Amino acid sequence: MKTTFDKSTNSETVIKTKMKSITKTQKRMRKILSYAAFVGPALLFFIIIQIIPFFMGVYYSFTSWNGVSSAVEWVGFDNYKQIFTNDERYYDSFIFTTKFMFAAVVISNIIGFSFALILDAALKTKNVLRTVFFLPNVIGGLLLGFIWQFIFVRGFAAVGEITNIGFFQLPWLGDATTAFWGIVIVFAWQISGYMMVIYIAALQGIDTSLIEAAKIDGANLYQMLTKIIVPLILPAFTICFFLTISMAFKIFDLNLSLTGGGPFNSTQSVAINIYQEAFTLNNYGVGSTKAIIFFVIVAVFTTVQVMLTKKKEVEA
Amino acid sequence: MRGKYTKKTFALEIFAILLALVFLVPFYFVIVNSLKSFPEILVDAAALPSKLLFSNYREVWDILNFPRVFVNSIVITVFSNIGIVIISSMAAWKMVRSPGNFSKILFVFFVSAMVIPFQTVMIPLVKLGGLLGIMNSIPGIIVMYFGFGVPLSLFLYHGFVKSVPIEIEEAAKIDGCSQFRVFWKIVFPLLKPITVTVIILNTLWIWNDYLLPLLVLQDASLRTIPLATSSFFAQYTKQWDMGLAALVMGITPIIIFFLFLQKHIIKGIASGSIK
Repeated sequence: MKTTFDKSTNSETVIKTKMKSITKTQKRMRKILSYAAFVGPALLFFIIIQIIPFFMGVYYSFTSWNGVSSAVEWVGFDNYKQIFTNDERYYDSFIFTTKFMFAAVVISNIIGFSFALILDAALKTKNVLRTVFFLPNVIGGLLLGFIWQFIFVRGFAAVGEITNIGFFQLPWLGDATTAFWGIVIVFAWQISGYMMVIYIAALQGIDTSLIEAAKIDGANLYQMLTKIIVPLILPAFTICFFLTISMAFKIFDLNLSLTGGGPFNSTQSVAINIYQEAFTLNNYGVGSTKAIIFFVIVAVFTTVQVMLTKKKEVEA
Repeated sequence: MRGKYTKKTFALEIFAILLALVFLVPFYFVIVNSLKSFPEILVDAAALPSKLLFSNYREVWDILNFPRVFVNSIVITVFSNIGIVIISSMAAWKMVRSPGNFSKILFVFFVSAMVIPFQTVMIPLVKLGGLLGIMNSIPGIIVMYFGFGVPLSLFLYHGFVKSVPIEIEEAAKIDGCSQFRVFWKIVFPLLKPITVTVIILNTLWIWNDYLLPLLVLQDASLRTIPLATSSFFAQYTKQWDMGLAALVMGITPIIIFFLFLQKHIIKGIASGSIK
């Protein structure tokens, strides 16, 4: 009797623990399923559209694929060697893009920050002005490029005739220098308002009593800027530099419609160079190699930049 | 900086208004000259038109097939937005609400992809798109926008969900609501401010995007506004009378969108980039 009783309790507990573990695994399964249902779609699209092509690109960068034939021949590091030793145009496009990036980042941030300082004053037309300065930013780079092609070629010439100012009488977009600054001007015109909005948001976060105190202590505008305002809104500078660097370095649409990379390929950005290598010359293999090198540089640039400014923020 | 309205402020205001006018000069040139004949543009591009000429617009309207390309742009922008909002908000919420290493790693995986330039994936994407049969189709390009839109949108939702109190969700769960109901009935409405930001950022990007449509949409009937404009310029080089009319038509929809929603847009852009 006793043994049977024991047995029955034993089997009962076994069943109980079994049931418990079943509900436990069921619960776990349900958790996993619901996680998959919520996160799965985003992950799936993201992997198919970005991650798989990325790794395919790494693979193709070691091949001589021409995009049409099904035969994809492995060539090892040949593409990389060729690009690093024997591709002047790619090299030139990097030089152009880097120079452009420096000019564009400095100018659009100076303009954007100045606009923000002006609009931070108690102006009556503040909102309208903010709208106007931001307006170019909603228009896409491609259309802006075409618009400014007209402004440089016809508009500047007309203004030059009326005012006789030398600046407007230059052969705009006609030579390497004016084409370079032409792109910088349009980029700054498009982006400054965007930067301004970020700087305004940061300026509004500054405690006004600090400014008042500095004024009472007799600080001039320059001292207030360098000792109080700029250090306090350093995070905004990080964001703005990060944004302008990555936008300038990847410039494509605006460059394509404004100068088309000309005259004589003097303003060909890296993005245009990659596009042409792949889709105009049909060298998908070499194009992929260029795209991977481009990726590495963009990644290094942005990480270093964020690390540097973050460090400064801590020090300040 | 802020304070009383003094003489100095007034001078600053005048200066700022002049600056804004200079900023708007390109629009003056484009609009004024789009209403002139070609010879009149050549004579003096700065002058007002001697008489308003609307024939440029009529001609370009047909050449661009404007109603068609406008609808294409709208369809692509709207459906891409809907998809991106649904999948990224769901994923971000679940990831925040299931803390742990897996969610953490997944988040880093999504976000670090923001460093990858489009040019790095575009070449294989064309090949892969061909294999999947999503090239040269509007649903196809919408699906691609899902993939490209997820990282930033998920990042923004992720940051926002953290600030949403969990208590209401838990109460609903105890009442026996399913996960989907909890999300759509309770959480999603609370995410509205960030949803507005996500939609604004994605709309400006997708509406103005040129390179992806260029690679994916070959048929003339599938063209978006930027695509149609660029092929117009390739065909009618330097014919500024029609070209400028095309440009005015091309920028009008997005400018109207901006002027109507400018407060939200400027706020959304600021908060979207600060996070």
